[in-house]
Amino acid sequence: MKFSEQWLRSLLPVSLDSAALAHVLTMAGLEVEGVEPAAGVFSGVVVGEVRSLERHPKADRLNVCQVDVGEERLLQIVCGAPNAAVGIRVPCARVGAQLPGMAIAAAQLRGVGSEGMLCSATELGFGSDASGLLLLAADAPIGVDLREHLELDDQVLTLKLTPNRGDCLSLAGIARELAAITRVEAFAVPQPRIEVSIGDTVPVRSANHAACAFYRGRVLRGVDLRRPTPAWMVRRLERSAVRAINPVVDATNYVMLELGQPLHAFDLAALRGGILVRFARDGERLTLLNGQELELTSDLLVITDETGPIALAGLMGGLHSGVSGGTTDVFLESAYFSPQAVAGRMRRLGFNSDAGHRFERGVDFALSLRALDRLTEVIQSIAGGEAGPVTQDEGPAPVRAPIALDTARAARLLGIPVPVQEAAQMLGRLGFRLEVQGDRLLATAPTYRFDMEREEDLVEEIARLHGYENIPETLPAAGAGMVPDPERQRDRARTLDALVAREFQEVINYSFIDEGWEREVHGNGNPVQLANPIAAQMSVMRSSLLAGLLETLRSNLNRQRERVRVFELGCCFLRDGDGFQQPERLAALAYGPAAPLQWGGPERLVDFFDMKGDLEALLPAGRLRFEGVSHPALHPGRSAQVLLDGKALGVIGELHPRWQQHYELPKAPILFEVALEALQQRGLPSHREISRFPSVSRDLALIVPEAVSWRAIVEHIEACGIPHMASIGLFDLYRGPGVEAGRKSLAFRVLLQDTEKTFTDAEVDSACGLILQELEKSFGAKLRD
Amino acid sequence: MESLDVLVEEARGAFASARNAADLEQVKARYLGKSGALTEQLKGLGKLPPEERPRAGSRINEAKASLELMVTQRRDALRSVELEARLREEALDVTLPGRGQGGGGLHPVTRTRLRVERLFRSLGFEVAAGPEIETDFYNFTALNTPEDHPARSMHDTFYLKDSAALLRTHTSPIQIRHMESHQPPFRIISPGRVYRVDSDATHSPMFHQLEGLWIDANVSFSDLKGVVAEFLRSFFERSDLKVRFRPSFFPFTEPSAEIDMSFGDGWLEIGGSGMVHPNVLRHVNVDPTRHQGFAFGMGLDRLTMLRYGVRDLRLFFENDLRFLEQFR
Repeated sequence: MKFSEQWLRSLLPVSLDSAALAHVLTMAGLEVEGVEPAAGVFSGVVVGEVRSLERHPKADRLNVCQVDVGEERLLQIVCGAPNAAVGIRVPCARVGAQLPGMAIAAAQLRGVGSEGMLCSATELGFGSDASGLLLLAADAPIGVDLREHLELDDQVLTLKLTPNRGDCLSLAGIARELAAITRVEAFAVPQPRIEVSIGDTVPVRSANHAACAFYRGRVLRGVDLRRPTPAWMVRRLERSAVRAINPVVDATNYVMLELGQPLHAFDLAALRGGILVRFARDGERLTLLNGQELELTSDLLVITDETGPIALAGLMGGLHSGVSGGTTDVFLESAYFSPQAVAGRMRRLGFNSDAGHRFERGVDFALSLRALDRLTEVIQSIAGGEAGPVTQDEGPAPVRAPIALDTARAARLLGIPVPVQEAAQMLGRLGFRLEVQGDRLLATAPTYRFDMEREEDLVEEIARLHGYENIPETLPAAGAGMVPDPERQRDRARTLDALVAREFQEVINYSFIDEGWEREVHGNGNPVQLANPIAAQMSVMRSSLLAGLLETLRSNLNRQRERVRVFELGCCFLRDGDGFQQPERLAALAYGPAAPLQWGGPERLVDFFDMKGDLEALLPAGRLRFEGVSHPALHPGRSAQVLLDGKALGVIGELHPRWQQHYELPKAPILFEVALEALQQRGLPSHREISRFPSVSRDLALIVPEAVSWRAIVEHIEACGIPHMASIGLFDLYRGPGVEAGRKSLAFRVLLQDTEKTFTDAEVDSACGLILQELEKSFGAKLRD
Repeated sequence: MESLDVLVEEARGAFASARNAADLEQVKARYLGKSGALTEQLKGLGKLPPEERPRAGSRINEAKASLELMVTQRRDALRSVELEARLREEALDVTLPGRGQGGGGLHPVTRTRLRVERLFRSLGFEVAAGPEIETDFYNFTALNTPEDHPARSMHDTFYLKDSAALLRTHTSPIQIRHMESHQPPFRIISPGRVYRVDSDATHSPMFHQLEGLWIDANVSFSDLKGVVAEFLRSFFERSDLKVRFRPSFFPFTEPSAEIDMSFGDGWLEIGGSGMVHPNVLRHVNVDPTRHQGFAFGMGLDRLTMLRYGVRDLRLFFENDLRFLEQFR
C-alpha cells in the first residue's frame, strides 16, 4: 500500500521524523518497503499567470510571455512549450531558482531577454509529462511557492503488508496502529452528519448473512460529475497510485483509502427494483467493469437487482450498472462481505481489485455506516447532490470470542517475563476489550482485527508492542545426546569430495528441461509435466541428469573450453503408477584430454576406462559389474549398465555418435549416471589376519578370441577353486603382430597367499596348470610364446 | 729401509693421480696386491737376520696401514667427486609445472550447504531430507495454509499436469514429514531445493533453502533469536554482525518474525522465522501445551551470494566453469 506521509500526519500528529516513522512502522510489522519524495528537489518556483504572449521575432517556436508572479512588475520569459497560452497558470522558476540539475539565471534567448523559465512536471522532478507546461488550477494563488501550493514537501511511503494485516490497508488503520505503538493519543475517525433531504430509497436484502452480514445503501440525486475533484484529493489519490476519474469514483476510492471500507456507486438509472445479495446460480452471466465476461458459478457472491447479477460482491462492479459521464443519480453501497465469501475468487478469475484485496483480508464490520456517511459527505462536497435515507439489511455481526491468555505461557513462549498488567495495557492500546483474572487475561479482539484466534496471536501482539528488538538472544539449554553418525552410510560430503579429488567440478542444472531432450536423450516418452512452466524449454521434470550435463558441456565449449569434467548430484523424476519416483542420482561427464595440459608425456583423450576408474573409486571395490546396455544417449558398443551386488545402479558410456553430431561436439564425451543411494551404503570394516608368509605371484599371457570378455576369464579362473588365490590383476592387453587377427593377448598376474605356510613351486605350477587347462577348454586359450 | 719411505711417497703420488675407482683399484694392486711392491717387501722379511725382523716387520706394517688409509681416503674423495658430478647432472628445473591431475570443485551453493550443515551439527541438529514433488497437504495444509488462504498467493507454485501434486515451494514439508515419523524433541535442519514461478536477477524458478526446527518443552522466541544470530555470526565469521527480528506473518508460525542482518550499512533481509503454530503441531500429533519451539528458513543461495559477493543469482545456474571454478 502506497500513501502520502503528509496525509498520515494530518490524521495523527506524531513527532517522529520521516526516517524514524519508517523505522517504527517496520519494527511493528508494517514493513516500509520504500520512501520516495513526492517531487524532486527544487526551489524558487512560484505560481505564475501568463498575461500576454507574442511570437519571438527571430524564432517561430518560441514565445515571449509576460508573466504575473504577484508583483507589480511582470516578468518577461521566453518559452517554447506548445501549450503556452494567455491566462494559464503555470509553475514559474524565477531567476536564482534551483531545478533538478539546473540553475535558472537571467538570459538572452536569440536576442530577447528572459527572466526565468516556465516549467513542465518532468522539469520539476515529478510526473512523467514532458509534453508541455504543467497546468495549474485556474484559482491557483499567484506568487505562492509551488512546493507549498502542490504540497510537494511530502513523501510516498510504500508498505509491504502481510496478509494478516488487512486492518492497516487504510490511512486511519495505519494511524490507529501507529498511535498504539507510539502511545500517542488514540485516533478518532470523524463522524459526519448527513442531512437527508429526499425520501428516495432502494430496498436492500442479504440472502446470506454469513456471507454478507451488513448491506447498507443510500440514494444520492443530482450529482454533477463535471465538477473537478479538488487538486489536494487528486494528489492524495495519485500518491496512493490511484488515478482520478470522476468525483464519485474518486470519492469512493478516497474514502476507502482513508477508512478502509471498500465502497461502490451504482448508476441509479441502471438499477431495476431492489437489491438482493446472494450466491450466483450456475450459468448466470455478468460483464465486469474491466470488460471481463463471466459465466458465474454458485460459489460467487453477487449483487443482483430484478434483472439478475449487477456486480461481483466485494470484488468488482458490473459494467452496465457503473457510474459513467452521463450519470446524475447514484446508489451508494457500503457493505460487509466475509473473507470466506470472497477469498480465492479473484485468483481463480484472474483479476485483482483494491476492494477484493481488502475484503479477502477482512474489513472492519463496524465501519460500513460511518463510511457510507463519509462517502456521502465527500461526494456532496465536490459534486453536490441530495441524499436519501439509508436502507440496510443487518444480520448478526461476526462473533468475536474472547481469547484466554495465560501470562505464564506467554512468558515461556517469548522467553521474557510478561506481567499481566503490562500485557493488559498493551492489548488495551490495540483496541482489545479485556478482563483480567489473576495471571490470566480474557481479550476480545476489535472489529477490525481478523487475525486473532488463539493465545499465540495475543502473544505476538504483546511481543510486537514490547518490541522484538527488546527480547534478548539466548541459547536453549539443550538436552544431552549426540547427533547420530551412522558409519555404514557414507555421507554426501565424502562422495562429493571423492569426485572433486578426481578433478570434477560440480554444476547445478534446473530440474525442469526441454520435453524433446527428455524424450530423445533420456528415452522417456511419458515425462512428468509442469502445468505452468516458465518457458517451453523448461516444461518437464528431468528423469536423468545426462541432458543437463551435455548442455553444460555445450555451453562451456562455446566459451572456448577444451577440457570439461563436471558432475551433478540431484533428484530425478519418474512416473510410478499414479505417483512419482524421485531418486537422487549422481552423474558425471568427462570430455577432452585425459589430463590437464602438461609436459612430459603424450596427450591422450579421456576414454571409457578412465571414467570407469572414476566411478569405481566411488564404490566398494570388487562388487561392481558392468554389462552391455542399450541407452538412447550412449554408444551401443561403448556403454554398460552398472550393477552392484546384482542390482542395477545406473549406466556408463560414451555419448552416442548421433548426439555428438547433434551437439556438434568435436570429440565424444564419456558419461555415467548412478543412483546416489547405492553409493552411500558401505560395510563396517572387519579385521582379517595378515599372513606372516610370503605371497607368490605368477604372470600368465594368454591368447584368446576377441569375443571373450575379461569378466568371463576371471569368472572361469575363480571357478577353478584354487585354494588361497588372493587376486588376479590384468596388466597388458595386446593385439597386433604375433597375435593372429580376431584374437587378443591378455597378460595377468595371479597372486597366491596362504596364512599357514609358504607355497612350493610345485603347488604354484599346478595352480597355473589348472587355470590354463580351464581357459583352454572353455575359450581355446593358448599360452603366448 | 729408505726404499720403504720412497715406496710410500711414490704410492701417495700414484693414488692421488688415480682418476676413478678402477684406476684406484689398479694402483692399489700395484702396491698391496698379491705381488704388489709392499707385499714383496713383506715376503723379503725372511731374508733378514732374525733380530732385524721385528723392527722391519713393524715398519712395513706401518707403511701398509698408511697405504691402506690412502686408498680409503682417495676412494672417498673419488666417490664424493662422482656424487657431486651426478648431483650436478641430475639437477632439475624445479620451476617446471607439476604433473598429474588438478582438483575439481564444489558448486558454491553446495559449499555453503555443507558448511551450514557442519555448523548446525555442532549445535546438535540432525539433517533431514524429503521429496521435491510434494502434495498440497504437506506443502500447504499441514502448514496451516488452507486453500484460499491469502498467504497462498505469497508462493507462486509450480503445479504438475494431470496430477494434484506440486513442486515444493519451501523445505517445510520435510519438517512435517520428520515430525510425523519421530517423537519430540526435534532438532533438525532441512536444506534442499525448492521451486517458485519467478525469474529475475534475485529470483530463480529453482533455488535452495535452509530451514531449521527446534521443538522441546521450553524452547522460546528468545532462543530462536539466539540460535539464528549465533548461526549467522558463525557463518559469516563476524562477531560484529547485527541481526534483527521484526514482526511478520507466516501461516505456520505465531509469533512470526522476519530476520534481517547488517554488516553495518543497511539491513538485508535474510529469512523468516517464528514459533511453530499450534495447528502445525496438532497436525503431527504433538501436544502444543507440552511442546513448543521455533522454525526458521533462509535462502542458501542468498547466504552464498552474501558470503562470496555474488550479485546475480542466475550465475549459480548458468554453470559457466569460469564462474564455478572461483569457489575451489
